[in-house]
Amino acid sequence: MTTGAGTGLVTDVIEFSAVDGPGNRFVVFLQGCTFDCLACHNPYTINPCIDCGDCVASCPSGALSVDRAGKVVWDAATCTGGDTCLDVCEYDSTPKARTLEVADLVERLRPAVPFLAGVTVSGGEATAQPAFLRALFAQVKARFPTLTCFVDSNGDADLATWDLLDPVLDAAMIDLKCLDDDLHRRIAGASNARVLDSIRLLAARGKLFEVRLLMLAGVNDDDDVLERTGAWLASVDPRMRVKVIGFRHHGVRPSPVPLREPTAAQRAHYADVLRGVGDFDLVVV
Amino acid sequence: MDTFRAEAENLVTSRALGYDQKLRRLASLAGNALDYPPLSPLCAEALEARVICDMYEGNRPITPRYVLPDYAKALRNGVAHLELEPPTTLDDALSFLTILYSQVPSVTTYPVHLGDLDALLEPFVPADLPDAELDAKLRRFWIQLDRLLPDAFVHANVGPGDSRVVRSIWRVERSLRQVVPNLTLKVDPELTPDDLIEDAVRTVFVTGKPHFVNHPMMVADHGTDYAVVSCYNSLKTRGGAHSLVRLNLKEAVARHAGGLDAFCAESLPHWVELTCELGEARIRSLVEDQGFFESNFLATEGLVDLDRFSLMFGVFGLAECVNELMAREGTDARYGHDERANVAAWTITRRISDLVAARPLPYCGGGNGFAYLHSQSGIDLDLDTTAGTRIPIGDEPGLREHIAACAPHHALFPAGISDIFHVDETVTANPQAMVNVIRGALEVGMRDFTFNLDSNEFIRITGYLVRKSDLVGVEEHGARHSSDYLAATAEINHTVTTRAVKRVIAAELNPRG
Repeated sequence: MTTGAGTGLVTDVIEFSAVDGPGNRFVVFLQGCTFDCLACHNPYTINPCIDCGDCVASCPSGALSVDRAGKVVWDAATCTGGDTCLDVCEYDSTPKARTLEVADLVERLRPAVPFLAGVTVSGGEATAQPAFLRALFAQVKARFPTLTCFVDSNGDADLATWDLLDPVLDAAMIDLKCLDDDLHRRIAGASNARVLDSIRLLAARGKLFEVRLLMLAGVNDDDDVLERTGAWLASVDPRMRVKVIGFRHHGVRPSPVPLREPTAAQRAHYADVLRGVGDFDLVVV
Repeated sequence: MDTFRAEAENLVTSRALGYDQKLRRLASLAGNALDYPPLSPLCAEALEARVICDMYEGNRPITPRYVLPDYAKALRNGVAHLELEPPTTLDDALSFLTILYSQVPSVTTYPVHLGDLDALLEPFVPADLPDAELDAKLRRFWIQLDRLLPDAFVHANVGPGDSRVVRSIWRVERSLRQVVPNLTLKVDPELTPDDLIEDAVRTVFVTGKPHFVNHPMMVADHGTDYAVVSCYNSLKTRGGAHSLVRLNLKEAVARHAGGLDAFCAESLPHWVELTCELGEARIRSLVEDQGFFESNFLATEGLVDLDRFSLMFGVFGLAECVNELMAREGTDARYGHDERANVAAWTITRRISDLVAARPLPYCGGGNGFAYLHSQSGIDLDLDTTAGTRIPIGDEPGLREHIAACAPHHALFPAGISDIFHVDETVTANPQAMVNVIRGALEVGMRDFTFNLDSNEFIRITGYLVRKSDLVGVEEHGARHSSDYLAATAEINHTVTTRAVKRVIAAELNPRG
C-alpha cells in the first residue's frame, strides 16, 4: 500500500454526496482496510491489487491490460462500468484503484467547492493512509478554508494517527459493530479495542461527529448486546449523535454466517432500546 | 365558419370541461376568428411553419401576457375601481388582495402574479398574534387561492429576508400540499439565512415548491421591484410582458446549410428579426388597437405602467440545434457532455442576446426599448424539441456538470431561464446538503435553481406543478386545475411521470383550437 505523504491509493471519488456527513460533501474513497467485515458493503476496497491479472481477460470492454512491469492497468476511457472485474476478483480488490497525488484530488475538488460543506475521506479505511490523509486535508484547508474535513472510519487507528490528523481534522464518523469484543472479532475479523479508544479520544477532543451502529438482524441486535453498547456510548457522551443503520444486502459478499436485513419495526425497536440507556441524538436509517 | 361551428359544438358538449373552462375556450375561439395583425410574408410564413411562435396567445390579445400589479401601492392607496379602501388589519388585507386578484388579467385569465406576500403582509401582522393564529389565517387564504384561482401559473414570491409570514407560508404549504400558488424564494447570499433556505428545502421535499432565484442578479437586471411569475418569468413589478414570442432553434438549424459560425452570422439575424417583427405586431395590436392601457383600471389607477412592460423573446430547442451543428462539423460532441458543444451553445445564446439587444421595439420601456431574452421552457405540443436551453430529459450529466453546462446561459436571460434538477430522496435526511448546492448554484451564476425529489407526488411538468393523482382520468372526467389539462397532454407526449421531469408549458389554453 502506498504510504508516502504526496500520493495515496484511491478507489474512487464522488463529487456530491448527501450521506457522508453534514451538508453536501466531496467524498474520497481510499483503497485498503484493516478490517474484513462480514457485512462490508464495498468489499473490493479491502485489499490493494496484487496484479494477479485474473480480471484482465474477463473485462468485456477490453479496459484492462498488463503492462511491461507486470502491473494491471485500467483504462478509464474504455471502461463501461460493468464491474465484471470486481465480481471475478478473489482478493477483495479492484484494478480501478489508482495512485493519485494530493494535487490531483485538489484539482478534482476545485470546481465542486462552491457547492460543498466539506470533504469526507472514506474507504476502505481512511486512516490507514495517515500521511496522505493529513497532506490532503492540509491542502484542502489551505486552499478552500470554508470546507470542513471529515473522516468516515472504522475507528481502528492508534493515538499517533489521531494526533497526526488533529490539526487538519474537523470531525470523524466512527463505525462500531458492538461493545462485546468476541462478537466484534466474529463480525469484523479484528478486535474493537482501538475502536473504543478512538471513540473516547475523539469525543474528548470534541471531534466525534457521530457513531454509526450497523445492525445485523440476528447477529448483533440482541437487546442485551445493544443495551451494553449503548450504555458504554452513553458513558462516553450521553448526548452523542448515534446513527442506527439497518444492514442491507446490496454489495455484500456471500457470508458464512447468514446475514439478514432488519425490518422497519426492528430498526424502530433498536432506537427504543438505545433511548432507554442514553439521551442520544438518534438517527435511524 | 364550418370549422368554427364544429369546434364550438365540441366545446359546449364536452363532459370533461367545466363551465369556466368552456367559457374561456369559447372566448378564445371567437378571438381567433378575427384577422391576425399584419405581418410581412416572410414572418407569416415562419409563423405558419412554427419556426417562430406566438405561444398560441390568440390573434387579437386583449390583455398583456403577464401583468404584475403593484400590490404594495394598492394596499397603500386602495383601489377606486373596486371601491376598496386601504386595509388596516391582516384580515382586511387578505380580503383586499383576494378581491384584487380576481380582477387581474393575464393570458391564462388568472393572475400570474400574487406579489411579494411576505413584504405585503408583514406590516399587517401584530406582534402579539400567536403563530397558530397567523397560520390559520394564511391557511384559509391559501385554500381560497387554490379554489378561486385553480391554475398553477398563479405565482407568489417571498424573501430574500426572513419574516414570520414566510415561515408561516412554509408551514401552511407543507400542511396543505396544494398545487396553487406556485412559489419563488428570492435568495440573497448575504441576506437570506441558511435556516430559511433549509426550511424552504424541507418544503420542496413535501410540495415541490419553491423555486430559488438569484436576487442580486435579478436586481441588477430589473431593479428591486421585480417578481417571478407564471413559470420562471422574471419581470418588473408595476409592469409585465406584452407577449411572448419564441424562436425554435431546432427548426432554424434545419433551414440552415452550414456549421456553427455561418449559423450565427447568417441564420440567427434573419430569424431574430422575424421573431421581433412578430412581437412588434402583437404589441402594437394590444396597445394601439385593443387599447388595454387606456381602459383597464390597473393602468388608469397607476398599478401598472406601460413604461415598465416589454416583450419576452423566447428561445427553445437549443440542445437539438447544438447537437445538429456538432454533427455537421463531424463530431459527436453532445450538449451537456462535451466542452466543444457547451461552448457552441454559449456562443449561440450570446449571439441571440446581442441581436435582441440591437433590435428596438415600441412600448418596451421595461427593457429600455428592447425585448427581454427568455429561455422558453416549452408547451405540451413541443414534440422531440427540448425546452429552452435545457439539456434533453434523460441525457443530463451529473449534477455539478449539469450546472456547469447551464449556468453560463443564465446571465443572458433576464426574463427567466430554468433547468430542473432531480435529486435522490436520500437528501431528505440531510437538507443542508441542498442548501449547499443552492448557494453554489447561485454563486456560479445560476439565475434560478429548481429541484425536485424523484419520489415526489408533486411533479413539475415544465415549471408548474401538478399532482400525479390529479392526472389520472383527466381526459374522461376533467380536472379542477386548468393547468392539469396542459399537464395531461404533456404527460402523454413526454412521458414525464416516468423519468426526469423537466418540461415547461406556457400558459395558453387550447392552443390549436
